[in-house]
Amino acid sequence: MSTSTAIRVRGLRKTYAGVAAVDGLDLDVAHGEVFALLGPNGAGKTTTVEILEGYRRRDAGEVSVLGADPARPDPGWRARIGIVLQSSGGHDELSVQELVHHFAGYYPDARDPDEVIAAVGLDEKRATRARHLSGGQRRRLDVALGILGSPALLFLDEPTTGFDPEARREFWSLITALADGGTTIILTTHYLDEAEHLAGRVGVITGGRIVALDTPDRLGGRHHDQAVVQWTEDGRQRTERTAEPTALVTALAHRLGGEVPGLAVSRPTLEDVYLRLIGEPAQTLEVVS
Amino acid sequence: MSTAVSPARIAMSRASLETRSYFRERDSLIFSFLFPVIMLGIFAVAFGGEDVGESSGPPIDFAQYFLPGMVASGIMLVSFQTLAISLAIEREDGTLKRLRGTPMPPVSYFLGKVGMILVVGLSQIVLLLAVAALAFGVDLPTEPAKWLTFAWCYVLGTAGGAVLGIAYSSVPRSAKSASAVVVGPLLVLQFISGVFFVFSDLPSWLQNVASVFPLKWLAQGMRSVFLPEHFEELEASGSWQHGPTALILSLWLIVGLVICVRTFRWQRRDDG
Repeated sequence: MSTSTAIRVRGLRKTYAGVAAVDGLDLDVAHGEVFALLGPNGAGKTTTVEILEGYRRRDAGEVSVLGADPARPDPGWRARIGIVLQSSGGHDELSVQELVHHFAGYYPDARDPDEVIAAVGLDEKRATRARHLSGGQRRRLDVALGILGSPALLFLDEPTTGFDPEARREFWSLITALADGGTTIILTTHYLDEAEHLAGRVGVITGGRIVALDTPDRLGGRHHDQAVVQWTEDGRQRTERTAEPTALVTALAHRLGGEVPGLAVSRPTLEDVYLRLIGEPAQTLEVVS
Repeated sequence: MSTAVSPARIAMSRASLETRSYFRERDSLIFSFLFPVIMLGIFAVAFGGEDVGESSGPPIDFAQYFLPGMVASGIMLVSFQTLAISLAIEREDGTLKRLRGTPMPPVSYFLGKVGMILVVGLSQIVLLLAVAALAFGVDLPTEPAKWLTFAWCYVLGTAGGAVLGIAYSSVPRSAKSASAVVVGPLLVLQFISGVFFVFSDLPSWLQNVASVFPLKWLAQGMRSVFLPEHFEELEASGSWQHGPTALILSLWLIVGLVICVRTFRWQRRDDG
């Protein structure tokens, strides 16, 4: 059964001991999209993602993932989904090569294990046992096992936690390559630069609901936000918010006679917008609608 | 590359993976694989030359008397202890959760564990018998009937220990406590089941307690294989009791299976 959306969620609800972790969440993700789910710890991110992955049962709502209900997962459905869980561990005594070759046997349409090992940059660690990998290398092994079955839909739950900046950049190019190949990707992350770099759309979840949903550059009305112009005048740092930064800078240049000392023009970063969104959910709902 | 995925082939592949993991893990190697061999060695050296069973016929050496207990103990260590500890750890560290997120058929996972236990268990027994025969001069039985008894005792004991180990793996609250929570009770059971000393020397109430659990019966079944015929009189009941042994080991196997099917979890209690 093929549907136009990879993921469709309506009115999803999940409570733990009377407390709603997910409280009426709606979401659509199109095929081929890279979608990032942001939110503070305890906002309902992992609960939502694990319901979509088939790990947890929902209390209410409709969920369709690749045209099937994840509450009744069958092996054919699992073969089309790749999962990189938040925590990685286990299989400590086996080498990268043994594990990747072994897991490849689970999938009817597995990628070439050696190619996958190379793609995640573990070529030099093929013979190393999982126990002896660094945190970042172990995470890359997780990713290798997640993408091994050529999934149509890949879940990445905080995939780059513990990566150094260089490893993170390499990981981003790997994910971009998968997305270019048509893989739908659901990403949760605490790194806003990661969401901005990878995701076509970003959803902010807090209190078990999506409070903002847009492209990274428009999230929370970011593109309407005023620019902040900073400069130095009379030995003091000056700051002014304006909807017309070009006019302000031109005026400054005229007034200060050419080059403006200490000039900086900035827009709110995704992080600024995000922090505002999770602090004031009610207000942001208006902005979005 | 597109290949048909068969649960049997995945099970074989898992058995090979599990066996390699087992032998690379030093703790399990010493405390479940080599433990009975080490114990037999200690008993043979400590009590070597002392005789047992002179009241009913020609006495035998202590090393020979302890061999069946160590065989029974080894079966429980490899099946019950190995699975209870490793599953508690695999549940905690996310191994099981990760596997559940793949199309791996659950039956292949369990068959893989069974395969690993068969390989490990049989190699342990071969090693134990070889050490007993070559180092301590124990005479091994030659009659096919005795080896048939050995076979059904081994199969029922291993299968029961395995399912009970899987069921028991949900008891430890964390991977850290798993070893203590599993090894402790099993050690007590070994003491009261006639593994480390003569069962009929125990007070009768303790014999009755031990008779509820499978290890006592497994040890008795193994004594019927490895001890001379006249030792049958020295049993508490005066008989090898093959019928009750088969019955009680089978009952534990069924109980264990039912508990497994009803309580097995791929995730920690606090997760999902």
